[in-house]
Amino acid sequence: MTTALLKQPTPTPAVRKPNRSFVHGLISNKKALTGMAVMVIFIALALLAPVLFPGDPSRITAMASLEPSAEHWLGTTAKGQDVLALTVHGSRSSLFVGLTVGLASTFIGILVGLASAYFGKFIDEALSLVTNVFLLLPGLPLLVILAAFLPPGLGTVILVLVVTGWAGSARVLRSQALSIRSKDFVAAAVVSGERAGRIMFREILPNMASIVMGTLLACVIYGIGAQAGLEFLGLGDVSTVSWGNNLFWAGNEGALLTGSWWVFVPSGVCIALVAFALALINYAVDEVTNPRLRKIKTPKTTPANVERSAAK
Amino acid sequence: MRFILRRLGFYLIAFWASITLNFLLPRFMPGDPVSRMFARSQDRMQPEQIEALRKLLGVDDRPIWEQYINYMQNIFTGQMGVSISRFPTPVTEVISSQIGWTLLLGGTALVIAAVVGNLLGILAAWRRGGAIDSALPPVLVFIGSFPYFWLAMGALYLFGVVLGWFPIRHAFTDGLEPAFTWEFIGDVGAHLVLPALTIVLVSIGGWMLGMRNTMIATNSEDYITMAEAKGLRPGRIMLRYAARNAMLPSVTSFGMGLGFVVGGALLTEVVFAYPGVGYQLLNAVQGLDYPLMQGLFLTITAAVLLANFLVDILYVRLDPRVRSN
Repeated sequence: MTTALLKQPTPTPAVRKPNRSFVHGLISNKKALTGMAVMVIFIALALLAPVLFPGDPSRITAMASLEPSAEHWLGTTAKGQDVLALTVHGSRSSLFVGLTVGLASTFIGILVGLASAYFGKFIDEALSLVTNVFLLLPGLPLLVILAAFLPPGLGTVILVLVVTGWAGSARVLRSQALSIRSKDFVAAAVVSGERAGRIMFREILPNMASIVMGTLLACVIYGIGAQAGLEFLGLGDVSTVSWGNNLFWAGNEGALLTGSWWVFVPSGVCIALVAFALALINYAVDEVTNPRLRKIKTPKTTPANVERSAAK
Repeated sequence: MRFILRRLGFYLIAFWASITLNFLLPRFMPGDPVSRMFARSQDRMQPEQIEALRKLLGVDDRPIWEQYINYMQNIFTGQMGVSISRFPTPVTEVISSQIGWTLLLGGTALVIAAVVGNLLGILAAWRRGGAIDSALPPVLVFIGSFPYFWLAMGALYLFGVVLGWFPIRHAFTDGLEPAFTWEFIGDVGAHLVLPALTIVLVSIGGWMLGMRNTMIATNSEDYITMAEAKGLRPGRIMLRYAARNAMLPSVTSFGMGLGFVVGGALLTEVVFAYPGVGYQLLNAVQGLDYPLMQGLFLTITAAVLLANFLVDILYVRLDPRVRSN
């Protein structure tokens, strides 16, 4: 029997290009392009902030509460800080925290999800229980409580956001990993005696790349939004310049009550733009990988098309 | 029945976890925040009250397991200590005077957002590529990407300060006596509009997209084709056949949303100074009022768990597959 098997022409090893069509789909997708363009601009601004606006953006000057003008494009705060400089500098902390939180939560999610799906049984039960408990605990109050007990600082903010944020990604990744775990090639790998780590990270993980990417994007959005919320409540590290802290100070100095809307608008719009851009990329990933959600192209009235729609 | 019991067990474990978290936090955090709190407010308290609070927050020398058992006993008999910032009101009293406002605000917003969002989702999925389907989702997603509190502050500024259409803070006009009169109810309603509207605005997109995507899947089921072949009216097929079967994930989200009601309205409540549990939680944090903070967190958690349990029971009624398992 083995000889019979051996005699069969060995199938040419499939050239692995799983992501080729995926990348191509993303690049030709309008949503993805818009989203990526916005992100590139913001990342560039964040990197160039010290060059564009040298010096400490939160330095207090005498030019308080100026309206937007040629000299201060976005006006100044009640403490005389240039709003544009604050906003551009703020992108550094916000993007950094968002990205760190996103990466860390997704990483934990991957570990928990893969371990759950691969080992199953007791480990799955235990991990799922922990995940579900964390999912159910009300996020924002938990965030506030943790931030209240821990010493304030950037590390605390990141830690707290990861603690409250990882469970969602773990659940999504677990269910995806479970469905791949039941595929034949995983069974084959198990039978051929591959190590657990290899099966989890080399066999299962690459096959859920798009879900991992979607989860990562969602986690980054969560991180940026939640950091802003936490800082707005005054529970972040108030000495750093970030979008959330800008809004905290705007609220603290009563910017809106005195009509200084220009202090309050830019940071919020920036958060929204980044979140929207990431959401666009996320939807594009969904569309590329899930054909059902793709836009229906307006059918051209070629005979072939008419026939096909008639057959429907 | 087994399903219900399983879920009940799970919620009990979750509740136990949150109590334990509550127990551990003040005991193992660096910097000893509790001592700071005592240093600030010692002179106002009776010695026995200090003693009780010390036990509650773990500033005593008993072995940790003894503290833990004692703590559990206290929680289940409703002894959560006295509030520091509203001394000497007991924590339970502070919470019960405020949870109603949170439920009113969050409940109103949740019901409106869920009903309108799901209806829009149904229409969007039914007319794929139509006006609602192509125009609304991007707009709603864009609005949804603004920080919650930012939109709330914007609305507060625009409709409250500049235009002056709605009151800008609190749940009712100062000096008005809470009573079941039309005047008071109208006043509460007017105070409710802005906070509820901002929550609806941010959350409606999620409902709509969720419903739309599930219903697109149901739309391609055979029984829809069958219903069409039978010549049923499109409206009937849309609501009774497609939407009805696409409803289940929305029910789950509703349960999750109920959790969001109690906890998630925190930012809105803070912006509008709405006297709910979220607003109080932040005040407790700022006032280093640890007993109140803990009591609020436990109450919020309990409410979330209870809401989810109720949805599970509902689920058994709605989905025969759950019953047969």
